[in-house]
Amino acid sequence: MKQKDYHCENGGATKTELEEAREREATASPASGSSMMTSAGRASSSNARRTAEPPVKSRPPFPWFGLDIGGTLVKLVYFEPKDITAEEEQEEVENLKSIRKYLTSNVAYGSTGIRDVHLELKELTLCGRTGNLHFIRFPTQDMHAFLQMVRQKHFSSLHTTLCATGGGAYKFEPDFRMMANLQLLKLDELDCLVRGILYIDSVKSNGPSECYYFENPSDPEHCIQKPYRLENPYPLLLVNIGSGVSILAVYSEDNYRRVTGTSLGGGTFLGLCCLLTGCSTFEEALDMASRGESTRVDKLVRDIYGGDYERFGLPGWAVASSFGNMMCKAKQESVSKEDLARATLVTITNNIGSITRMCALNENIERVVFVGNFLRVNTLSMKLLAYAMEYWSKGQLKALFLQHEGYFGAVGALLELLNPST
Amino acid sequence: MADCARKGRTRDSMDKSITLPPDEIFRNLENAKRFAIDIGGSLTKLAYYSTVQHKVAKVRSFDHTAKETEGDPLYEISVQEEITARLHFIKFENTYIETCLDFIKDHLVNTETKVIKATGGGAYKFKELIEKKLRLKVDKEDEMTCLIKGCNFVLRNIPHEAFVYAKHADSEFRFQNTHPDIFPYLLINIGSGVSIVKVESEDKFERIGGSSIGGGTFWGLGALLTKTKRFDELLQLASRGQHSSVDMLVKDIYGGAYSSLGLTGDLIASSFGKSATTDKEFSKEDMAKSLLHMISNDIGQLACLYARLHNLSRVYFGGFFIRGHPVTMHTITYSINFFTKGEVQALFLRHEGYLGAIGAFLKGAEEDNPNQYSWGENYAGSSGLMSVSPDLNPMQRARSGTFDMLEMDRLERQLVNLPLLQDPSSYVPDTVDLTEDALAREYWLSCFEDALDGVVKRAVASQPDLPQAAERAEKFRQKYLHKLQTLRHQPFAYGSLTVRSLLDTREHCLNEFNFPDPYSKVKQKENDVALKYFQKVVMSLEKLSWEQRQFALVKGLLAGNVFDWGAKAISDVLESDPEFGFEEAKRQLQGKNKNLTTTRYFCSFTFIYLGPPHKCALFFVDNSGIDIILGVFPFVRELLCRGTEVVLASNSGPALNDVTNSELQILTERIAAMDSVIQTALKEDKLTLVQSGSSSPCLDLSRLDKALATVVLERHTDLVVIEGMGRAIHTNYYAMLNCESLKLAVIKNSWLAERLGGKIFSVVFKYEVGRWWSVTL
Repeated sequence: MKQKDYHCENGGATKTELEEAREREATASPASGSSMMTSAGRASSSNARRTAEPPVKSRPPFPWFGLDIGGTLVKLVYFEPKDITAEEEQEEVENLKSIRKYLTSNVAYGSTGIRDVHLELKELTLCGRTGNLHFIRFPTQDMHAFLQMVRQKHFSSLHTTLCATGGGAYKFEPDFRMMANLQLLKLDELDCLVRGILYIDSVKSNGPSECYYFENPSDPEHCIQKPYRLENPYPLLLVNIGSGVSILAVYSEDNYRRVTGTSLGGGTFLGLCCLLTGCSTFEEALDMASRGESTRVDKLVRDIYGGDYERFGLPGWAVASSFGNMMCKAKQESVSKEDLARATLVTITNNIGSITRMCALNENIERVVFVGNFLRVNTLSMKLLAYAMEYWSKGQLKALFLQHEGYFGAVGALLELLNPST
Repeated sequence: MADCARKGRTRDSMDKSITLPPDEIFRNLENAKRFAIDIGGSLTKLAYYSTVQHKVAKVRSFDHTAKETEGDPLYEISVQEEITARLHFIKFENTYIETCLDFIKDHLVNTETKVIKATGGGAYKFKELIEKKLRLKVDKEDEMTCLIKGCNFVLRNIPHEAFVYAKHADSEFRFQNTHPDIFPYLLINIGSGVSIVKVESEDKFERIGGSSIGGGTFWGLGALLTKTKRFDELLQLASRGQHSSVDMLVKDIYGGAYSSLGLTGDLIASSFGKSATTDKEFSKEDMAKSLLHMISNDIGQLACLYARLHNLSRVYFGGFFIRGHPVTMHTITYSINFFTKGEVQALFLRHEGYLGAIGAFLKGAEEDNPNQYSWGENYAGSSGLMSVSPDLNPMQRARSGTFDMLEMDRLERQLVNLPLLQDPSSYVPDTVDLTEDALAREYWLSCFEDALDGVVKRAVASQPDLPQAAERAEKFRQKYLHKLQTLRHQPFAYGSLTVRSLLDTREHCLNEFNFPDPYSKVKQKENDVALKYFQKVVMSLEKLSWEQRQFALVKGLLAGNVFDWGAKAISDVLESDPEFGFEEAKRQLQGKNKNLTTTRYFCSFTFIYLGPPHKCALFFVDNSGIDIILGVFPFVRELLCRGTEVVLASNSGPALNDVTNSELQILTERIAAMDSVIQTALKEDKLTLVQSGSSSPCLDLSRLDKALATVVLERHTDLVVIEGMGRAIHTNYYAMLNCESLKLAVIKNSWLAERLGGKIFSVVFKYEVGRWWSVTL
């Protein structure tokens, strides 16, 4: 999303008109929602404090957004009400309509904003309203362009608060206020993450499974993705791989602890790939990695011992030293950019796997759920993680994945907007 | 800094231009056997066992049954040849391997040796070369097994082997007390990859994990990113870089700290995260720094996870990534502190580079059972920590070439803890750590330098009939002076720098140049003189009332301790005024300690006599002559009369004018001939002479002769007397024992006296009651 793309001037509604519109919107909301959150009613209370006045009515006015501003990507979930009555439609202010139209009729916004159509959740009942949940992302770098657009769409006339999580909620808060006249409701990212996961998993219990695993991860021929029912999921280790990695031990829906984290995450993969191969996007880097061979870059156990290191039960194919062959000038010249991209991916992925496994042992947890946008379209890493968990734990550990990889924080933020207790 | 080290050298090719100085690097090759070699990625470590023939001073009693003639010495001194075992370890760059092998071949006399034990990644690569050059069969040993064996060996035999690295502290190296039980521990070896090994006993260890992100990753990835070939250069780059321009920090995401989780803004959220989102060019330095942090943090984190899982708190780091590089020691330390919140300390080893070679050697020497002996680092023949570190001392490196050495002497006896130590694991022999106390360090280094002329003179004088005494003494002077200079720059070279280590280094250097006992003649003369007065002293004591006698005994003990050639102030007096005698010393003490004599010291001393007689007193003696004969023996006699058994512990080998065990044997016989109390005690086994196992003017209660420890236990020792500056002040001043103890000395150094708040010839008289009585006092 580059700035120039947001220039969709809309007929300037005057301040008084906008205020009126907001009033109408608020009063037009049906008061039926006794159970405010149909399926997400178990959302726990959070430490987050509202910085703005609470809405007069228990159900907030549209539009409903949840925002997660990470180090690399901004994740936005948008609830599109589909049960709008004709009366409502008529009353709906132009601004609101235009935002709805803009978001739902496009799959790309500017040059970098993307709606993940395949993730859309249809006919979801939320807070008494039925509609579709949309999943949108764009690079954090383009935050200011996004804010320009928000201002031009006079977003502030619709809403006084926007629920946001991720570090960017803190970092960009002044910008939201200054540039878009928007007050952010800042939420803890791990609270949102845990809540989002539990919610999405629960609403999808009837449809196609949100959670899945890989069967036979060691055998490329027979490795298949299988649905997994995340019933009674506790305790579970939750590994969120964004730019960096956070590892949480979750014991119940409101009892979790950040066990540790590592700075070797998705940002490291992309950053190193950019420096090593000159690529510039995650997709490009992944594509190169899929065509490369890491064993030319890495030094394997068999490169040192000629085979397995039997004394310690290390198989010959195991990596002894990541990038170890690159110590030698001649070998540097014989590798391709694709090989380097692949080696970077394997290095980062295996390292996450290794730290995860140690945490699982220390916490005595056998189920691991991997989420985060590093895993988006990254089957290679998922299979590697699945394999690493199974192999090194001798089958003790199970690696699980979720369809909505990186959007749980944003979903959690949206739920907070609808949480009557805040 | 690295420039001067790099100049004119091509790393990838063999360097044959170097000429090895004979006798200086591969020493004692003529008797060498049991070779072992550890060839790493850039350094080769060679190990061999050799025997060293050196001179020792022996004393032999004359036959005294014949009528004595006035002026006959009490015993005769002879210098004899003795053969001792020594381990040699030499570390050099792989480029010199061919030259070194040629040198060894040319100088090797012993032809019994048929095999050479080899370990390390390069053992395979150089197998043919070694077999061709040395005509020895290369016998490969498992790398990890060698590493662990070597690690156990240094931890067991070298006090202050392990240290904590603190970059910003006054002394970067904080040496650790080696726990008497070295197991269990975790060894994290960071070579090209990382191996994490849990060691539970001498033979039981397990590789519990590892990581592929190691030194090879730093090197390989670093080479790709910065186009820099050498590992050292990469580290140099890293030490100049700023990682925050490449890494995405918490504050880059949050705008500040993530305070609810306690993550500070400067914490790295995503390594290399900024290079993914910005198109700008990054400097080599910054990328290298970011890479260093990434890898160090990752290893530190895994180490902590493994340490926690296996409940281990001792974690040693080694491997080429660590080896002598302050940069990586710092980042690893930082990482460990961060991840364990200080619960686990990152420990490094002074001889880490030698572990593989030591282990391979031990594998080859198993039939000699080297582990049944105690070994001691020879300070004269060892280079010390970071002797060739380009980071630290480029000049040093240029001067000494690239050869680093470690020599270890086989000690005659197995050394163990004094069983009466209250807490062996926290016992630190030395009172002042000169690595941390810059002022004291400066003083003592200068003091030892100033005293050097006198020591050289004494050494020459001790061998009037032996050849080249003057030349050897001059070599000794150069060597010791060089050691002192090294220690000025690298106080941590041999572990904690202490007065004891300065004294021991001097003894090692003297031995090195065949001055085994420069004070032998002085001691002989003084013993002779003092013996003549023994009966007189005893008789005058007998005349006193009980109370007066106790006081006189203490005074005598202290006055005797004035006669110390190790103290410069005293040696000057003794040199210029040969008439300076026992009575004169007593007067000196009286003058300096007016207000103390009758009150405090006497009170605490009589306290010893209040209870029932002690079962057994262990007495660590100090000087020969007046000290032992007129000071200690009357005191011992009084103890024996009370029914207390006495164990006299003296040095096994000579140090300054300290009485040695063999001298004491003769003296005791002579005294027994004059005195019935001593005679009876000897006969009835109430007076026992043991050797301490040491040849130092100081005393390390954690390294004592095993036989001494046995006697102490058997006799139910309940009183320990430690005498002299070296044993009771420079060391053991703070030592806590399980029984009553008395530490006494005369401060014969005005600087030290001032530091302790007194004047020269002030008296230290420290009586402690041990753990069990402390409540009642």
